[in-house]
Parts: sequence; structure tokens; C-alpha cells
Amino acid sequence: MEFFRIKRDIPFMSWGKYTTTISLVTFLLAIFFLATKGLNLGVDFTGGTVMEVGYTQSVDVNKIRNTLSALGMSDASVQNFGTSSDVLIRLPAKAGVSSAKLSETVMTALRQSDNTVEMRRVEFVGPQVGEELVESGALALLIVSLGIVAYLAFRFEWKFGVAGIIANLHDVVIILGFFAFFQWEFSLTVLAAILAILGYSVNESVVVFDRIRENFRKMRKASVAEVIDNAITRTMSRTIITHGCTQMVVTSMLFFGGEALHYFALALTIGILFGIYSSVLVASPIVMLLGVSRKDLVPPEKKIEAEGLS
Amino acid sequence: MNHYPLWKYLIILVSVLLGLLYTLPNFYGESPAVQISPLRNTAKADGILLQRVEDTLKNANITVDGTFFEAGGIKIRLSDADTQIKAKDVLQSALGNGYVIALNLLSNSPHWLTNIGALPMYLGLDLRGGVHFMLQVDMKGALSKALDRYSSDIRGSLREKKIQYLGLDKEGSQITIKFRDVESRVKTEVEINKTYADLSFREQDTSNESHLIVSLKPEVLKRIQDSAVQQNIVTLRNRINELGVAEPIVQQAGIDRVVVQLPGVQDTAKAKDILGRTATLEVRMVDEEHDLSAALRGQVHFGSELHNERGGTPVLVKKQVVLTGDRINDAQPGFDNNNQPAVHIDLDNNGARIFKQLTRDNVGKRMAILLIDKNQTEVITAPVIKDEIGGGKVQISGSMTIEEARDISLLLRAGALAAPMDIIEERTIGPSLGADNIARGFNSTLFGFTAIAVFMIIYYLMFGFISVTALGVNLLLLVGLLSILQATLTLPGMAAIALTLGMAIDANVLINERVRDELRNGITPQAAINAGYERAFGTILDSNITTMIAGVALFAFGSGPVKGFAVVLCLGILTSMFSAVMVSRGMVNLLYGNRRKLASVSIGQVWKPVSEKR
Repeated sequence: MEFFRIKRDIPFMSWGKYTTTISLVTFLLAIFFLATKGLNLGVDFTGGTVMEVGYTQSVDVNKIRNTLSALGMSDASVQNFGTSSDVLIRLPAKAGVSSAKLSETVMTALRQSDNTVEMRRVEFVGPQVGEELVESGALALLIVSLGIVAYLAFRFEWKFGVAGIIANLHDVVIILGFFAFFQWEFSLTVLAAILAILGYSVNESVVVFDRIRENFRKMRKASVAEVIDNAITRTMSRTIITHGCTQMVVTSMLFFGGEALHYFALALTIGILFGIYSSVLVASPIVMLLGVSRKDLVPPEKKIEAEGLS
Repeated sequence: MNHYPLWKYLIILVSVLLGLLYTLPNFYGESPAVQISPLRNTAKADGILLQRVEDTLKNANITVDGTFFEAGGIKIRLSDADTQIKAKDVLQSALGNGYVIALNLLSNSPHWLTNIGALPMYLGLDLRGGVHFMLQVDMKGALSKALDRYSSDIRGSLREKKIQYLGLDKEGSQITIKFRDVESRVKTEVEINKTYADLSFREQDTSNESHLIVSLKPEVLKRIQDSAVQQNIVTLRNRINELGVAEPIVQQAGIDRVVVQLPGVQDTAKAKDILGRTATLEVRMVDEEHDLSAALRGQVHFGSELHNERGGTPVLVKKQVVLTGDRINDAQPGFDNNNQPAVHIDLDNNGARIFKQLTRDNVGKRMAILLIDKNQTEVITAPVIKDEIGGGKVQISGSMTIEEARDISLLLRAGALAAPMDIIEERTIGPSLGADNIARGFNSTLFGFTAIAVFMIIYYLMFGFISVTALGVNLLLLVGLLSILQATLTLPGMAAIALTLGMAIDANVLINERVRDELRNGITPQAAINAGYERAFGTILDSNITTMIAGVALFAFGSGPVKGFAVVLCLGILTSMFSAVMVSRGMVNLLYGNRRKLASVSIGQVWKPVSEKR
């Protein structure tokens, strides 16, 4: 079986105008939603308490809401979680109220109205810890980006480093845009997924860049655009198959991983889809835009002759 | 060209065998167990104890599946959770307070595996259930406590040297001593210089008073902070031991934080209560010189405080503390002569001496024993001193229940916290959710792997089968490595296993596509295999390094579950490099390497453009 029967190199570079426009529009849309709607930050970052409680049968969320209001916690958010018998309760952080007390009080009250309730999970994050997590998350993103630029610059050339990171940060912003638009909960695991995607998508660019370098050696007469087109066309089947395989695992996570891994898998899915697009149709035009040329990558003539023969 | 030297095959064989060996314990599961370890170093876990434990269980008709000595304790394997709890209760009452008796899980893997250090993966709290706390030590509280101690000491010194002073106030981080004349102040300076090396002071004179402002030296400040954290950790360990938790973790995190992890704890309310308590015991004298009724009207003499005795009777107590809970060696619940519940306290030498002197000097007067718990002060009892009490054996009995006597003695025994602590992060995972999470992580990996396997074999035929086998080896090595390292496996960690598999197949796809590409260019199959592997390797290396950068950064800046994700991701990259390149190449070489005239390889259809040839 062979999915990709491409006779001619696909002239990706000549589509540069359109792809750049599409990228720019999605990118700006993502920025727009991030700015207007903002991320729905999880308890890890905002501080507060999250409780997951399970009942033996489906439960009326409003009843729980009333119970909590009676405790003076009218600002609590109560919603079903996964199934109709599981409930997620979010309590915002309050100064001066100990977490230990808070979850105990809630559990006691819930038990009074229905004693089949089972405490499945309590997460409390103090406001100062939340701030630190935001800081270290941002720092991690920065370090990963710099590390990747440095590596690509060392392995290829600075133009590739810059193009690679722009393409992939473009993915990151778009993932964030999705999370802002749908107001999905942005938690620590989602951040981990984004960083993993950042490292993973760069692979894509690396594979294409590798071919570009090889082609510069082999296709001595071709123009830069032709070299890049050929590199993309020839790596395309690999790109799609690999991403497809990774997506199979991620889809499996989406279906079987439960609520805890839901947004993690979702972030990966968006990241993988846009990763294919951006590494092919964003990174390479940028490399061209930055004016990459044969002599950036191919050292002295003689050596190439020798390698070409081997 | 497609031959591997023998040593390469051996490396593959040995690593696969090792992977199998160390992955094995994960399949045996775990059975409930009770763990007994002595609380203090004086008691030993030896044959005598083991005999006692076995006899106790036999008398209670509890069948035991096995007993083991392990790292200073005894573990007893039991058939089910009900017997486990029964055995714990029986042992608790038979062995008493000198031992920690905790519920635990014991791996069912055979002895020879355990002996070579092959253990199942270490599951994180989100998979096995339990409580994680991060506590912040309140440094201001620690300093305030230290200053209180110094104030009381300085008062004593001033009295001893018969230096007249107007007052002594603690404000923020300093103590102000007020004098009527400069002369007394100078005398005090000399005294402080001589006796209190930790303190620095400066003078401040007002029109009719002269003040001395005493504060702690910076290095002392740091020392107090360090030791406050250390003492709190020790105290927390003691308290957790009293709770009976198997494998608790109490660690310092950062300058002023402590992380506590209690796997398998189900009664989180009790755990929080015991951890959060700051109970201290204080012995003070009852103020009998001043009028109680005046104090009740609000005119409390400045050297005294009004507190309630158990039962509600108000007592006027002096502020000066004679003895604190630090001097307590041991505290046990019991009964007094009238068969009322009581707490028996054993004081250390210094405490015994102070207590002896106190009781000798104050026969006929009343002393008060106060319990300060969660900023609430309560007078447990305020007895009249009938006689001098020597030997440091003190018995406190007030109107308390047996339950209360047990709680008070636990708190006194476990020691006081040097500084108050706040819970700033808590993650509690119920045991049922932990089990669910394991199933979810496992299913995600299983179905993801199956989907990839089916696709790869259909698309690449024999090469696909080889790739999938290499992927299986990757999984085996990764789980084996995680078991050897005993790295904590969390739910995000399990997600990382699944994700690594999805990413690792990339290397094989790259190779297979490269081989097809070479075949398309019309090279002989043998050369195509060789070229495919050689050329793909550089790309594989590059792409794995970028993912590795992300993994390392996540490890460095992540916390808790994210760290678990990062560890698995990094290890997965390493194992995938090995399996995708070396293991799959080894298999290809075995299969095709020896055929001289290889006409075709089973890598699926290699489509060639007919119309155009470059």
C-alpha cells in the first residue's frame, strides 16, 4: 500500500502568499481570543479548591448548589464531570480560610444530604503557589524555545532556528487560542502537553530542513524554491504517517483516558494537526523569506563532490 | 553490508532479557499487608518481636500468608483487605504505642525477583490514592516564639541581678526594655553582652525613660529559621508515625516549605487534623494574689491572663511560663488513683529539676497546666500542689475522657511544631479514583499501541511487523527502566508512555520511508536497506534531541505530576532511540542480511512514477 503517489513536486513555495495569509489570520484570531476571552486557568494557576465527588446514582447538581449556598459558598461552581453521578465543585481561593477546613465542611454537608457521596479527589492550591506555577510555566516555555533555536542554529543555520521556532510558537499560540475560544480549562497537564508538542513539532521542521540541506547538495542546478518544494514533497508521506500514528495514540487517550487526560489529549490533537501545517507551510516559507541560500548550508565544493560520489 | 557483529546482537538480547526481567514484577500485582516498625531506635524488630506478632495473630485466628523482615521492620502478607484491617487492630492493641503499625501493599512477585531488586513501578499518589500536602512554615511565628523565649529569659536575668526596669515589650522583631535611669540600662547592656551572644541591641533615650532595644543578630535569625523547618520536619515525621502510614514522605522543599505525602491514607480529615495541630503544653502558676472577679469584669492584671478550665470555670493564670512541652520525654494515656482517665508525663532531666523546684517552692499554691492547640488556650487542670514532686513523673488528670487522654498524649509525645504551618497545596486522591486512573492510563496505551500495530503491519508488511516489534521492545525497556529506577509513575507519566510510543514510531516510519525512497530510485534492496538506515539516523537524532530539550525543561521547571510526565518522556526518548534503530536493524539484518541475491523486500508497495523519471 502506498498512500502518496505524487508525480511531480508540489509547488508549495508558490503558494507562500496564501499560506502566510491563512497563518496570519488564524494567528491573529488566536491572539484576539486570548486577549478578549482570556484563558480559563485551572486551579493550578489561580489557586482555589477543586473537589470531585462521586455518587452511586445520578445526582441533581442544583441540590448540591443549594447545599453549598447554605454554607455561604454561593460563589462555588458545581457541574457534572464525565458522568451524571460525578460532580466537580470549584471553590475560589479565599484569604484566611484554610483548605483543610473548607473541603471537610463541604464533605460533611454533602454527606448530610446524601450519605452515598464519596470523596474522589480534592485539590487545593494556595494563591502563592499558583503564581509560582505561572512563573515557572512561562520560564519553561521560554527555555524550551531558546533551546530549540540554539539547537537548530547549531545543527543547520540561524535562519532555520528562527523559522522553526516561529512556526512552532505559531502552533502554541493557536492551541492557546482554541483554549481561550472554547474556554477549556487550562491546567498544568495542558501546559505539559504544549511543551511536549513544541519539542515534537520541531521534529517536523527538522526532517524538512534535513532534506533541504541534502537537496542543496544533490540538486545543484535547482532554484531554492524547487529545492524546498522537493524536500517537502518527498517528506510528506512520512510526515502524515508519523503524525497519524501519534494521533492514533492521542485519540485513544481522548476516548479511554477519562476526564483527567481529556484536555491534555485535546491540546495534543490541535498541536499535531497544526504542527503538520506549520512545519510544512509556515517554517519553509519563512526560511525562504529569510533568504536561505546554498552556501549557508553547503561548505566547500570539493567535499560535496566526494560525498556525492559515495 | 547488512550484517551486525555478534556483540551487537548480544547487546540487543541482553537488554531485552533485562527489560523482561525487571518488567516482570509489574504483572504479579500486590496483596494487602501490615507493616510493623519500632517507633524508637531502642526497640528492635527481631525474632522475639516476630514470634510475638505471629502468636498474637494465631490467637486471633488470623491466617497469615507470609512474614518478612525488611529494613528495620516486619511485613505480614494477608489474604484480603478485611483481614488486613482486623490484623492491624489486633496488633495495635497487643503491641501498644511503641510500634508503628501501618497498612501497606506488598508485591506478589516471587522472592528471587525481589532479591535481585526487581520491584514493580513506584506508583504516584494519583494512581494509588493518598494525600499530598505542601506546608509553608510561618517564619514570623518561629521568630515570635524565639523572642518570647528571650523575653522571658531576660526578665529572669534582670530579676536575678536585681536590676529595676519599668517594662519589657515585644514588638515585631524586637524587644524594648524600659528603664527609669541610664544606670540600670548600662548594667543590662553588660549583662546581655555577657549572657546573650545571639542578641544585638541599641539604645534609645526619651525625656524621662531610657530604652534598650534588643533584636536578634541576622545569622541567628537564619539559624532559627533553618532549625524551625528542621524541627517541624522531625515533628511531622513523629506525628505521621503515630498515624500509621506506610512509606510516608516528609521532605523540605525550598527554604521554608515542607512536602508531605501519605500514600494510601483514606481518613484525610484525621491526617490534616493531626498534621495541622500545634499543641504545646505549658505549666504556669495560678495568680492567686489578684482578684478573679475583677478580672472577669475586664480588669485583668497585666502579668496575668484569664483562661477557662475544662468545664468552664475561669482561672486567672500568670503569663510567665515555668515549663514547656519541649521538656517532655514521653506521654502516655492511663488512669489516675481514682480510676479517672489521665495522661502520664515523663519529663527530661532539666524538666524534672525545674518541676521539682517549682513544686517545692510552691506547696499549697495552685499551678495550672495549659494546652495550647490551634491558638486556643485551655487549662486542662489547675491542682493545688500538695507535695514536692521529684523524678520527673507528672500525672495530669482533669475532666477528660479516655479518648481525649489518648489524643493529648499523642500530641504531647509527637512534640510541638517550632513554628506554625499553613497548608498551601493539597492534593487528595481517593483510592477508587487511583484505580480508575491506572485503568485509563493502561487502556490509552493498549488501544493506541494496537491501532499503530495494525496500521504499520498493513502499510509496511514485514517492515511494519519489525517496526511494531521494535516498538514493543521500546515499551518493555521503558517499563523495565522505570521499575529499576523506581521513578514515581503518575497519570501524566502513563500518558507520556502512550505518547512516547506514538512518537517513537516516527523513527521507524522515517527509516521505512527512506528505504522505499531508495528502492524507488532503483537501488538494490540490500543497498536500499543500508542507505535507508544510515540516512534516517541523522534525522532521528535531530528530532529526538529537540523533544529531549522540551523534556528536560519540563523536568527542571515542572512540579509534581508534570515532573512525572517529563521523566517518562526523557527515558522514552532514550529507549526509543535504541529500539527503533538498533533493535529493528538487528531484526532486518537477521532476516535479509544473509541473502546474497535479494530480489525484493517486504515493505509494502513501492510506487514508481512512470511518466517522469528524474
